[in-house]
Amino acid sequence: MKKVIMGNHAVSYGVRASEVKVISAYPITPQTHVVELLSEMCANGEIDAKFIKVESEHSAMAACVGASAAGSRAFTATSAQGLLLMHEMLHWAVGARLPIVLANINRAVGPPWSIWTDQNDSLSQRDVGWLQIYCESNQETQDTVPQAFKIAEELQMPVMLVMDAFFLSHTYEIVDMIEKEQVREFLPPYKPDIKIDTADQHSFGNLAGPDHYMELRYMIQKAMDRGLDVIKRVDSEFEEMFGRGYGLIEPYRCDDAETILVTSGTVASTTRVVIDELRDEGVRVGSLKIRVFRPFPIEDVFEVLSKAKKVAVIDRNISFGAHGIFYQEIKSALYGRTDIPIIGYIAGLGGRDITPKVIREIADKAIGDEQPERYINWIGVKI
Amino acid sequence: MFDYLQYVRQENFPHIWCSGCGDGIVLKALIRSMDKLGLSQDETVMVSGIGCSSRTPGYVDINTLHTTHGRALAFATGVKIANPDLNVIVVTGDGDATAIGGNHFIHAARRNIDLTVLLYNNYIYGMTGGQCSPTTPRGAYASTAQHGNLEPPFNISGLAIAAGASFVARGDVYNVKKLETLIGKALQKKGFSLVEVVSPCPTAFGRRNRMARPVKMMEQLRDTVVSVEKWEKMTDEERKGKFRTGILKDIEKPEFTAEYAKLIEKMRPEE
Ligand SMILES: Cc1ncc(C[n+]2csc(CCOP(=O)(O)OP(=O)(O)O)c2C)c(N)n1
Ligand code: SF4
Ligand SMILES: [Mg+2]
Repeated sequence: MKKVIMGNHAVSYGVRASEVKVISAYPITPQTHVVELLSEMCANGEIDAKFIKVESEHSAMAACVGASAAGSRAFTATSAQGLLLMHEMLHWAVGARLPIVLANINRAVGPPWSIWTDQNDSLSQRDVGWLQIYCESNQETQDTVPQAFKIAEELQMPVMLVMDAFFLSHTYEIVDMIEKEQVREFLPPYKPDIKIDTADQHSFGNLAGPDHYMELRYMIQKAMDRGLDVIKRVDSEFEEMFGRGYGLIEPYRCDDAETILVTSGTVASTTRVVIDELRDEGVRVGSLKIRVFRPFPIEDVFEVLSKAKKVAVIDRNISFGAHGIFYQEIKSALYGRTDIPIIGYIAGLGGRDITPKVIREIADKAIGDEQPERYINWIGVKI
Repeated sequence: MFDYLQYVRQENFPHIWCSGCGDGIVLKALIRSMDKLGLSQDETVMVSGIGCSSRTPGYVDINTLHTTHGRALAFATGVKIANPDLNVIVVTGDGDATAIGGNHFIHAARRNIDLTVLLYNNYIYGMTGGQCSPTTPRGAYASTAQHGNLEPPFNISGLAIAAGASFVARGDVYNVKKLETLIGKALQKKGFSLVEVVSPCPTAFGRRNRMARPVKMMEQLRDTVVSVEKWEKMTDEERKGKFRTGILKDIEKPEFTAEYAKLIEKMRPEE
C-alpha cells in the first residue's frame, strides 16, 4: 500500500514494522513527530511496545541500554542538542555491544540557536562506534529502519539512522508502506545470546583492566569491518523481498564522468538534477551519494572515484580547524592510491538551502578551476 | 499607565507567545516589580534555559543569557559566583527545571545560592508542542499521554522546600497583583528564592484538556486558587481540586556566595 507521509512518520512506520518492544524518548524539534506517532501507536495497540517518557535524552539512551540488555528491541529518536546530551550513553551502547537503533534528525548545534539542518550533530559522534546511515528520501528512511535492526542485531552494534531536518523530516512523499507481517520474515524477533536473565545470570558493565580492555576494543573494530559486508547482504535480502535496495553508496552517471560530486542526505537528490542538466550540456559529470558513513566504505568509494579526473565533496558540516568531514573521509579513502585533486566545499550550514543553483556553482567551480584551493571552499558566505 | 518600553527590547517584538498564553503576564509583572524595587538594569542578569517560558530574556533590556535546555541554573550559578554583586534572575519552565534540569534545581536550592527563580509552570512541554512534563497532572492528556497521564506529578514548590530553598512562593497569572508582590519579595531575598508561577498554555495543554479557550483557563485559575491563609482553615475535602498561592516558606539561612566570601576572608594570611 502506498501512502503520502512525512519523513518523521516514515521513521515511525519503519519502527512499527520492526516490532520494537521498548521506545524511550525525550521531545525535541524537529524529531517530535517521530515519537508522538509512536506514542499514539503504543496507546492504540498498533504496536506491542512500551513507551517511556523519560526526563532527558541522556536518560532516553540509558533506558534503551537497559531495555536492550534485558533482551528487547529498543529504539529512540533525537536531534542536535539531544544527541549531544546522549554522548556518554552512545559510548556505553557500543561498549556494551547493544543493538539499539536511533534516528537522528540532523539539526545545527547552538549557540546561536538553530532548528534547521546541518550534519555537525551526528558527525561529531563519528568516533563513538555507532554505525551511521544517511537517508535521502522518506521511502529509504522507512526501509532503513528494519535494515538497521537486522544489521545491529547481527553485529551486536548500535546503528544511527540520519536524515535532514525539515528538507526531509517535514517533507511529505509517497511511500510504499512495509508491514510487520512481511518484515517479520526479513527481521525475526530479537533473540540475544546473552541478556539480563534471572534464569541464566551474567554481569554487565564490569571493570576491565589493561589485560582485557584493548581486546574488547579490537572486537568492536572487527565488527565494524564485518559491517560493510553485513550491510550489503542485508540490503540485498531486503531488495529481494521488497524490490528496493540502497547500497553502501550510490553512484549516479559516474561511469565516464571526469568530475564527480560527492554528497549525502537530501543534497544527493538535488545534485542529480544538476548532473542531468550538465550532462544535457555535454559536460561529463556524475555524483556519488555516501549512504553508509560508518563503517566507511573505502573500497567502494575508491572504485567509483578513482576513475574520475576531479572529485568535489559537498559538506553540510565542518570540522573546525580542519575541513569538511566527508571531505576528510574521502581524502583518506583515496590516500596513496591516486593523485586526482579532491576539492572540499562547505555549504548549507544551519539550514541554508542548497539549491540546484548552489550545486551548479560548486560544479562550475570544480570543473573550471585549473588550480583549485583543495581543502576548503566556502559557498555563499556573506562576509 | 506604566511605561514598559524602557525595560523591553522593542526590536524583538512581536513576541513568539500564542494569544492567551500566560507568559507575557509574568513578564509584565516582573518588569513592574523590578521597577518598584529600582533594580538597576545594568546590574541585573537574566538567565534562562529553553522553552516558551525561557524565551522571556529575549524581550527584556537587561543582561541576558539564553542557555541550553535544563541548564539555566548551572549557568546562573557560574554568573553569581563570578560576580556576587549582580542580581541574577533565572527564568525557566516545568520541563526545563524539573525534567532535564531537575538535578540542577535541587542542588541550587540545597546550596541556597542567591538566585531568584521564576518557574513558569504550565504542566506541559509547550514549546515542543505538548508532551507530558513532570508536572502534568495524573489523568491529563498530552501528545505522549493519549489515555491520560499515568505518572504522578511533582509538586514544584514542595520540591524546592524539601531541597533547602530559603524562599518559596507560588503565584498565578490570574491574581496578577499578588504575583507582582511575590516576585518583589523573591527579588529582595538573599538566598535561593523560587516563585512558581502557574501560567496557562491554552495551545499545548488547554486544547487537549477541554480548555482550548484561554478565558476558560483563566476562569479555572480564578476558581481553583486559594490563598495560603485560607488554605489553613480548609478541610481536606474542601481542598480537593484547589491549590494554594502565597508565600510557602521564608526563612533565614546561610547563603552560598556570602559564606564563600567569609571563608576567603578567614583563610587570608595575616599581614
Ligand atoms: C537537550 C535538549 N532536549 C530537548 C530540547 C527540546 N525542547 C525545547 S523546549 C522543551 C520543553 C520545554 O518545556 P518547559 O520547560 O516546560 O517550557 P514551556 O515551553 O512549557 O514554557 C524541549 C523538550 C532541547 N532544546 N534540548
Ligand atoms: S505553546 Fe503554550 S506556553 Fe508556548 S507560547 Fe503557546 S500558549 Fe504559551
Ligand atoms: Mg512547561
